[in-house]
Amino acid sequence: MKWWKYLTIALLLYTVVMGFLGHVPRLAILNETERNLYFHVPMWFGMTIILLASVINSIRYLRTPSSRLDILAHESAKTGILLGVLGLLTGSLWARYTWGTWWTTDVKLNGAAVTMLIYAAYLVLRGSVSDEQQRARLSAIYNIFAFSAAIPLLFIMPRLAEASLHPGMGGNPGFSKYDLDSAMRLVFYPAVIGWTLLGVWITEVACRLAFVQEKIYEKQEKQLA
Amino acid sequence: MKNKKNNWLSRAMALLLPLLLLGGAALAQAPAAAEPEMADALRASGKIYVVVLVLVIIVTGLLVYLVRLDGKVSRLERDAENR
Repeated sequence: MKWWKYLTIALLLYTVVMGFLGHVPRLAILNETERNLYFHVPMWFGMTIILLASVINSIRYLRTPSSRLDILAHESAKTGILLGVLGLLTGSLWARYTWGTWWTTDVKLNGAAVTMLIYAAYLVLRGSVSDEQQRARLSAIYNIFAFSAAIPLLFIMPRLAEASLHPGMGGNPGFSKYDLDSAMRLVFYPAVIGWTLLGVWITEVACRLAFVQEKIYEKQEKQLA
Repeated sequence: MKNKKNNWLSRAMALLLPLLLLGGAALAQAPAAAEPEMADALRASGKIYVVVLVLVIIVTGLLVYLVRLDGKVSRLERDAENR
């Protein structure tokens, strides 16, 4: 097993232990739910990083087409979507008990939801084309569109918005630097790295399985020929 | 000269010390109810460790599953290579 997988295990165990036992400031309304920072926010960090990997592989595919790059882009997109959906679900639950509603028409919430819909269409597009090369090329092009739509939705529009319930106005759309105290940083940064690495790990296993599958099919075809 | 400095220091200390003590006393006496409510009882009773252990078990279980899946894919890769 590669070294970064051991690091993932260590960071995630550290996150769940220190996430509950570590010191957090006493805050009204949020109370103990502020510990969700170690679980909800890393989903979005992980999603963004893995979707970036996906679009890079799509661009690489368009430059030099290979089924390997198509698999890398596809599996990364799937993991990114999984993390994004988990982020939406946990955010909605958190909103219910701090803002009093499952959903509001907030620029950050809607931006994240529209991003997930755009990526859901990526999977629909892949599912609806049966020719492998056509599917790979179309979905690579669509992936570039999806990522270029996601960046303004997630990072630019929230900064232009007048008001938002979500923490982090006028700077980072996720949280402002004043929301984190130094004790929380010691858990938050390892949590972001740990959860992102978990997403990378899942993607890696899924890709390797797809590579093997392809290799076996190729050999079978050769044997038949 | 040295004496003068000491005098100045001790006078300042004499003025500041009661203030510091008062401040400390005021902080200590601040009513706990005025602060935002946290799960202090959960921590005091030690039941927070139950939550932590449950999460450690779940995360460990999921990671063990992923490690084994990883191993199975590695074996499959070797098999596909040798076929």
